[in-house]
Amino acid sequence: MNIGDFDLYKNMLKTKSGLTLTPDKAYLLDSRLTPIAKKWGFPSLDAMSVSLRGKPDSNMVRDIVEAMTTNETSFFRDGKPFDLFKSVVLPHMLKERSKTKSLKIWCAACSSGQEPYSLSMVLKENAPMMQGWNIQITATDISNAILENAKRAEYSQFEVQRGLPIQMLMRFFDQVNESWRLKEEIRKMVRFEHCNLLEDISKLGRFDVVFCRNVLIYFDEATKKTVLGKIAKQMEKDSFLFLGGAETVLGIAEEFKPMEGQRGLYILKDSAHSMQKPPASAAATR
Amino acid sequence: MKTCLVVDDSRVVRKVARRIIEDLGFSCIEAEDGQKAYDVCSKKMPDAILLDWNMPVMSGIEFLDKLRKMGEGGHPKVVFCTTENDMDHIQRAMNAGANEYIMKPFDSDIVESKFAQIGLIETKTG
Ligand SMILES: C[S@@+](CC[C@H](N)C(=O)[O-])C[C@H]1O[C@@H](n2cnc3c(N)ncnc32)[C@H](O)[C@@H]1O
Repeated sequence: MNIGDFDLYKNMLKTKSGLTLTPDKAYLLDSRLTPIAKKWGFPSLDAMSVSLRGKPDSNMVRDIVEAMTTNETSFFRDGKPFDLFKSVVLPHMLKERSKTKSLKIWCAACSSGQEPYSLSMVLKENAPMMQGWNIQITATDISNAILENAKRAEYSQFEVQRGLPIQMLMRFFDQVNESWRLKEEIRKMVRFEHCNLLEDISKLGRFDVVFCRNVLIYFDEATKKTVLGKIAKQMEKDSFLFLGGAETVLGIAEEFKPMEGQRGLYILKDSAHSMQKPPASAAATR
Repeated sequence: MKTCLVVDDSRVVRKVARRIIEDLGFSCIEAEDGQKAYDVCSKKMPDAILLDWNMPVMSGIEFLDKLRKMGEGGHPKVVFCTTENDMDHIQRAMNAGANEYIMKPFDSDIVESKFAQIGLIETKTG
């Protein structure tokens, strides 16, 4: 691919999804967009590039943006955040929301659904403590294609073996031919919605817990800052933010600060958080 | 160092599994059927056992039954690792006292994830 075309895609992706495409990732354009060119009836990727310089079909642009997303994920990815959800976040919310009995969770880049469904399973296992609670899990992503997969909630044998304990597979999945489908009781706990983090997210409402994991890594500093700023506005005063293992708010978004001693967990800076120092035992589960 | 007994009638599978598990910091012993595994355990209980289901002489599930009745037989964490991939087999294994279950084919990510879940190793991150 020539430099002109590379820049064409680079700029398009930057403005549409925030993805920062570096030259070393140029090969991804060929492998991922050649099928899109075929789909739209172009003989080659080059031909599609030519047409993009005109007035491109917005559906085609959407296909391109979606094809360039990386959807890598797994159940209980990295383990630790979900331990913290159980040992720090849930106890806090059980106490602080005991009057309203409402808990609102948002997975801001949910990919094929493993992250929100992991949370649903954790909540299901704690159901006796949360009787009469209204729990909402909103899961969003920029890619409509991946959201369709998420709603289907059907996973390969390989996918259900990464991060998912066998007891949970037995309890929450049905075997359908070669794959495994999450049971309705877990599926119905999650509401999937299309949402581009670069666009208006205020329509989603406010949340007690936000998972925004492994998506900021694809953005440049300025975009990270803008997105984190917008997320902060959707968060309740004493809410929690989870980021991915390679992500941080430090030096990027002054709205947040890391929660002391709890890696990957962030709170709003001006929050009067009553749980700054969690019990020592909280960190030692799993 | 923790020890892991790898039980499988395929030498290739034992070799692959051994390499993955040694990478996780275990020292490995191999056995090619349930009877041989039983003999190993009678001498010295390992900390972990990776266990195939279908094997000549004595199957994995038979071995597990016998193991859990031995004096120290409750000690090893047992992870099934088999091509049997239906709910019935999984349930039978777990009822017989297995701790985790891997459906073949497996890779190092899966073994690591399963070993971490039952506390045999620390999780990668955090
Ligand atoms: C690597 S996955 C992370 C999935 C999950 N959160 C995890 O940590 O395993 C990144 C996801 O971010 C989505 N994404 C990329 N850019 C986005 C944007 N601007 N708005 C919303 N989602 C976006 C992609 O479609 C992809 O599904």
